[in-house]
Amino acid sequence: MTDVDKVFKALADPSRRQLLDRLFARSGLTLTALCEGLDMSRQAVTQHLEVLEAANLVATVMRGREKLHFLNPVPVYQVFERWIRKFEKPRLRALNGLKKQLERGRR
Amino acid sequence: MKQATFVYVVYIATTPEKVWQALTEGAVTRQYWGYENVSDWKTGSRWEHRDGDGAGKILLAGQVLEVNPPRRLVITWAAPEDAANPAKQARVTFEIERVEKMVRLTVTHDELEEGSEMHRGIVEGWPRVLSSLKSFLETGRPLDTWARQRTGAAR
Repeated sequence: MTDVDKVFKALADPSRRQLLDRLFARSGLTLTALCEGLDMSRQAVTQHLEVLEAANLVATVMRGREKLHFLNPVPVYQVFERWIRKFEKPRLRALNGLKKQLERGRR
Repeated sequence: MKQATFVYVVYIATTPEKVWQALTEGAVTRQYWGYENVSDWKTGSRWEHRDGDGAGKILLAGQVLEVNPPRRLVITWAAPEDAANPAKQARVTFEIERVEKMVRLTVTHDELEEGSEMHRGIVEGWPRVLSSLKSFLETGRPLDTWARQRTGAAR
């Protein structure tokens, strides 16, 4: 599986997206804090975090005996660059062409 | 004051030496970041983040806290007018590790004033800078969203 496959696979699950949303709202959470108020077993959360970590969407840092989880947005940005921005370009070019044409007409 | 911590990780198919050079040599940072990181990179020295357009306007400044090439660099990070004010200084740690045939670069930005303009700026900035760095080191081309716009170079 390529890195991009891992990112899409990790994002394809609603529970994992929920975990990312929690880490977006509050970064640097322990497993216990992440589980709080969630309708998921600790074991399920652990497994989801493994998938997210393998996709590099979650980074962990050991602080003393605690493992803190951080959202790593870099792979999402790469997906955005590769799969979203690229498709916006023709539209931006069209707008730019229109602007040039209109400005030429004013002279 | 509440403080925020962010951790960014990027895997790059390159060598630790190249990543180190890309972080510390202005002529290289300019190409993918649009700005030049300038310092003699000695513990206690000042470092500056300058516009790469030739005018060299200083956008960020700080102090070099720890230098261990090509593995670890720790600097303070602030707007130039806040560079001497400890309350306004954030800290940035770069850790460079070889993982199999890749290099893992971890950027930890902490001691950051939560909700500040700097907070908003770095959250937007780091994913872009690190993606551009990866592209630059792996393909020789930065992302055009960043460096080419900043430097005004032709596409």
